Amino acid sequence: MSIRSLTGRGAITRRRFVIGTGLWGAALAVPQRSAGAYAPVYTPASGRPDPLPGTRFDLTVGSVPVNITGARMHAVGVNGSTPAPILRWRQGDTVELNVTNRLDEPSSIHWHGIRVPADMDGVPGLSFGGIAPGDTFTYRFPLHQSGTYWYHSHSGFQEQTGLYGALIIDPRDGYAQHFDRDYVMVLSDWTDVDPEDIVSNLKFQSDYYNFRQRTVDTFFRDAHRQGLGATIRDRLQWGAMNMAPTDILDVSGIIYTYLINGQSPAANWTGLFRPGERIRLRFINASAMTLFDVRIPGLTMTVVQADGNDVEPIPVDEFRIGPAETYDVIVEPTADGPYTVFAQAEDRTGYARGTLATRPGLAGPVPPMDPRPLRTMTDMGMGNMDMKGGMAGMEMGSSPGKPGEAPASGGMDMDHMDMKEANRPGAAAMDMPGMAAASRHKTELKPGVAVQSVAMMPINRLAEPGDGLENNGRRVLTYADLQATISGADPRPPSREITLHLTGNMERFIWGFDGKKFSEAEPIRLTLGERVRFVLINDTMMEHPIHLHGLWSELENGQGECRPYKHTITVKPGERLSYLVTADEPGLWAYHCHLLYHMEVGMFRTVVVS
Amino acid sequence: MIRGLIGGTVLAAGLATTVPGTGRAQSVPARQSEGTQEAQTASAPAPVVYINGIQPVMDHNIYMHALLDQFEARFGADGGQFRYDGQAWFGTDYDKLWLKSEGTVGTNGKFGDGDHEALYDRAISRYFDVQTGVRLDIDNGPTRAWGAIGVEGLALYFFNVEATAYFSDRGAAGRLQGSYDILLTNRLILQPQVEMNFYSASDRARGVGTGLSDIDTGLRLRYEWHRKFAPYIGVSYSGTFGQAADMARSRHERVQDLNFTFGIRTWF
Repeated sequence: MSIRSLTGRGAITRRRFVIGTGLWGAALAVPQRSAGAYAPVYTPASGRPDPLPGTRFDLTVGSVPVNITGARMHAVGVNGSTPAPILRWRQGDTVELNVTNRLDEPSSIHWHGIRVPADMDGVPGLSFGGIAPGDTFTYRFPLHQSGTYWYHSHSGFQEQTGLYGALIIDPRDGYAQHFDRDYVMVLSDWTDVDPEDIVSNLKFQSDYYNFRQRTVDTFFRDAHRQGLGATIRDRLQWGAMNMAPTDILDVSGIIYTYLINGQSPAANWTGLFRPGERIRLRFINASAMTLFDVRIPGLTMTVVQADGNDVEPIPVDEFRIGPAETYDVIVEPTADGPYTVFAQAEDRTGYARGTLATRPGLAGPVPPMDPRPLRTMTDMGMGNMDMKGGMAGMEMGSSPGKPGEAPASGGMDMDHMDMKEANRPGAAAMDMPGMAAASRHKTELKPGVAVQSVAMMPINRLAEPGDGLENNGRRVLTYADLQATISGADPRPPSREITLHLTGNMERFIWGFDGKKFSEAEPIRLTLGERVRFVLINDTMMEHPIHLHGLWSELENGQGECRPYKHTITVKPGERLSYLVTADEPGLWAYHCHLLYHMEVGMFRTVVVS
Repeated sequence: MIRGLIGGTVLAAGLATTVPGTGRAQSVPARQSEGTQEAQTASAPAPVVYINGIQPVMDHNIYMHALLDQFEARFGADGGQFRYDGQAWFGTDYDKLWLKSEGTVGTNGKFGDGDHEALYDRAISRYFDVQTGVRLDIDNGPTRAWGAIGVEGLALYFFNVEATAYFSDRGAAGRLQGSYDILLTNRLILQPQVEMNFYSASDRARGVGTGLSDIDTGLRLRYEWHRKFAPYIGVSYSGTFGQAADMARSRHERVQDLNFTFGIRTWF
């Protein structure tokens, strides 16, 4: 019932249907021209993903030779390229995709964020039997939505090894925002290391890829800065939990090369423009394990779409994008540039970099990476650091001067069920259901083999930009800023709540929901047509981008009826958030953390809609 | 071969229609609920059947690792020694087969302190595993067999500890081991380590005595060239106490030994 057709209010033109055809031309030209200036001389396979027009597509999954780091490797790609070709579809069409598997192992393609019948979703075991070596599977489904999405393998670690591509559906009635140029910006993390080795190494030593841990040196520096007593107390506090505040990303730039459109920072993917043009950049985080912080120094980015759905335009300097999320932004460079597109990994061990330039071969200055963040007690689920108990905590999240902040009035119900979205239009969700939820669940979930900690006081963090982005002097997008341009399709209140804890044991590298891995848990059952509220409580100290297949997740971020429709919601450490789901499509759906290695070791559930 | 499915049209019935003006998609009842479905939800839900039995994720994989914690030459007043101490495991997150082995080859060329264990390991808490199995003392001395039960894991404040009790017709024995990693830098790591052995009864043939029989301790500075390959240098001290010390003296062996040591720590 709610295949959202977010064509937007005041849709303007329908002129940009085939804008993509020439778009990779620029990408194509650049590697050769810049080869002289930058070390790796190669023609990346990714130089050829021309957008494929039409409604019928033949896609062949196979091995693709690549050389990202200087080592000759084999990626898994589509039609000889990684990233896979850009697919450009049109809302209202029915597309047909013949996917042939030329690997010697089973494969699959999942259409991420696309509302499809369950048997077209592409998750082996749940929606179909996978594509055996040598076989062809035909996907056919109608397109009810528009926006920026992507597609990737759902078999093993093929997504990490290159099987991902951009997918654009042009709106039937034209775009809400005018733009002159259109670039897909696929962010990803490449490694020459076998993904099986990565997960095995993490099972043995969970900080295997973290070479940014606190040392004797940082101890003395901290002691000098904040006093010996405070430093010792801090070390003991973390030691008493056997956790490390430097635990940011499980897999780091030690082995990852971060890519834009398949190009390493050295290769410098370049998009061309003429000054004065409005350029739509479609950011897709197709990485396996990396949250990126994206900015273009010198340009303000106006976020116009999140996860394929239009939002009220928000000008920002920077945004964080979790794995599998997409953001469309519009930039209007008036000067010649060149402008550096800078996407640093959350742990600051590396960055992806590209350039917007008026001619190929130009490169702007690359800004230094920000200091790496450190986790805090808030990330450990201990609520707001300023909260010394009592009612002082009611002020949480409403510190003055923060952008996008709503007045802390009303809506502070302790009971989530009393929350009336309509009564607090535009207000960031200021209720404190976390406390109620914490007391309700603390007894149910206890630390154990699969649960390293349980958040004592998970809080609403939707208005926070995230670890490493606070107070950096830039206007950073938060989830609380996202306001859909149209109100939700299903006005019914939820009939029930499903609360799930995001749990894990970093030391053992076990991840799951409610302390259980996929194979230990019952599926989540929804009745066809029902409206439910999912409440997620992140008991771990890491972000988890949670992706629900086949159905929309409407984030309750205090924007009243204009909740943003998302397919992937990144939950911060120690955070409690909720979203509404209308179970309007029957079948078995995957529900999982989009950090690939978290998913593969168990942070996955089957959702049954029947 | 094409084994396509035509799924597109199935959906159409339950789709949204957009109401002009408001931009709101009006919900149309997706499917009229049928009697059979009502009946199904009333009873226990049918178990989920995965197509072709395929599991969407493999979260119970078996992993295998081996750690050679000490693989070192020791030089002291009394000449040199070679010592190794390693562990290997094979299994899932919860259940593992765990092997441990250590031993010393002394100046006399004899294999001593040989201790080899095969244990079933079960994860029991956030950081600890319980281990049960057998220990065999096999070296140039007489062979002994023990039943073993113990715990191994990460104590709070990041101390690696192992505590194991052993039982045989000769009585009981106990072993405590601990180590701690001090990060001088992210690759240069100083590791104090200690192993202590206790026995309820002396065993003259193997040179062990009642009570605290021996200690092996060391301070090693390793450089993690690669996570899996770290050369180190250090000092080690081994000593025997009480009855065991008397036995050593009677055999004209050193009661205490302070050694300079170098070796590699490696795992795979």
